Amino acid sequence: MHVLARLWKREWPLHLMLLPGIALVLIFSYVPMAGIVMAFQKYIPNKGLFGSPFIGLKNFRLLIDYPDVGRVFVNTVYIAAMKIAAGLIVPITIAILLNELRREWIKRTFQTLVYLPHFMSWVLLSGILVDVLSPSSGVLNQLLGYFGIKPIFFLGSNDWFPYVMVISDVWKEFGFGTIVYLAALTAIDPSLYEAAAIDGAGRIKQTFHVTLPGMMPIIVLMFTLNIGNVLNAGFEQIFNLYSPPVYQSADIIDTFVYRMGVQQAQFGFATAVGLLKSIVSFIFISMSYILAYRIANYRIF
Amino acid sequence: MLISFLCLMPIIHILAISFSSGAAAAAGKVALWPVDFTTAAYDNVFGKPEYLRAFSVSVKRVILGTVISMFLMILTAYPLSKEPRQFRLRTFYSWLFVFTILFSGGLIPSYLTVKSLGLIDTLWALVLPTAIPVFNVILLLNFYRNLPKELEESARIDGAGHFLTLWKIYVPLSLPALATTGLFTMVGHWNSWFDGMLYMNHTENYPLQTFLQTVIIKMDFRFIKAENVELMLKLSDRTSRAAQIFVAAFPILIVYPFLQRFFIKGIVMGSVKG
Repeated sequence: MHVLARLWKREWPLHLMLLPGIALVLIFSYVPMAGIVMAFQKYIPNKGLFGSPFIGLKNFRLLIDYPDVGRVFVNTVYIAAMKIAAGLIVPITIAILLNELRREWIKRTFQTLVYLPHFMSWVLLSGILVDVLSPSSGVLNQLLGYFGIKPIFFLGSNDWFPYVMVISDVWKEFGFGTIVYLAALTAIDPSLYEAAAIDGAGRIKQTFHVTLPGMMPIIVLMFTLNIGNVLNAGFEQIFNLYSPPVYQSADIIDTFVYRMGVQQAQFGFATAVGLLKSIVSFIFISMSYILAYRIANYRIF
Repeated sequence: MLISFLCLMPIIHILAISFSSGAAAAAGKVALWPVDFTTAAYDNVFGKPEYLRAFSVSVKRVILGTVISMFLMILTAYPLSKEPRQFRLRTFYSWLFVFTILFSGGLIPSYLTVKSLGLIDTLWALVLPTAIPVFNVILLLNFYRNLPKELEESARIDGAGHFLTLWKIYVPLSLPALATTGLFTMVGHWNSWFDGMLYMNHTENYPLQTFLQTVIIKMDFRFIKAENVELMLKLSDRTSRAAQIFVAAFPILIVYPFLQRFFIKGIVMGSVKG
């Protein structure tokens, strides 16, 4: 007891400092976690969490029987996986190309310009995309028209929608990735290039035998960290761009939960779907952090 | 160069539309330069009380949200930057925070929590649930841990307590890091729209991005009173829409030069530190 009292005397200011933060986290993160019991209830809003009847796993059984759920899951993983792949390949390629440029100011201007979209919200970017991609008045379809291509309704066609998501996501985010890889590139020892040149390796061979191996650690790290996003196909983006005709190819877990829960007020069912997502995401994120720690000794704190 | 041009082209195109006359835009004559230059669309936007009110809600949430987040971030990062030897429960507290980025209760329970606290339709609903920026806390606590221990020890010898040490030594030394995270918090608040849609029942309380989302992009008329429909139709023609997007993006464009300077530094620092 005496030890505890002494510790308390020494450490109480630290506890006090954490108090507001802890209080907020408890209220806004941990209380909702407790709300997960709704997934096992037939939740009735005016009876609340304590008054609603428990129905066991019925919500989950409904989930398996619900005709759209499988498709929603496939869409989510499909779009997310393509985004992860594109989010690796495009920035790496651009960083390597950029690194070949000798003139410093071109590099800098390029960097300044390409990640402007990163700082704009999906609401604004969607407003822009909807206008540009419009089949009747959009500038892209006008352009295609000059080549004799009929207008394509990019955001209204199930064939196009997922790819438009991936491309527009790359548009928004690749500037960010490029900086990371460019930083890794500048860390490569220049003498390696000289040695390769003496051995008769040209530019392209140097890229494959010096640059890429040199970037490997950071590429692997970024990839592992991205694995955690395999169920995050981009709610904000898709929510702003999709419409009922493309639900078939565009509906992802998060948009589905939103429609079920907020618009149709099926609280118990929506929470059950959300819970499954949270659990799977939790496993993936934890795994990716553990892997990143093992492979690259990466630690978040 | 070509790629960077391609990236900006859609943005420039919309900017050109916003300065063109309605007829030219509707006829599809505008490419990358305004046709029949006019600022009518902007006059239109600035003359709309709905838009201005949403703008002011956004400004309020940015200020309130950033101040609260920064305050909490500094206060939280300091104790967590201590060694477990100095602060017994550090590891426990750290996990309490980190767990919230790994797992969440999900959309519906979060919504019901905010609702049962009576925060619906108040500014607090936009500020408090995200008030603890866990990622930024981690960033800052890593920064604090790399500060020389001697500074703190000498302050201790001079009789300064934890609060004084934090305020007089840690905060001044971390000003660049604080500026970076502060700027990002501001941008985050400015850009967020989903919480506005979720937690606000009345369109008068919508922040700007939510307002744009429901009224202009989705053109969702369910939220609008009958007498406003005509106004909304007027607001949603092509040039006005473009102008509204630009007015909403303008604050971002102003801070962009600062952002991108910090941005590069931050990422490079983060990836090197690892």
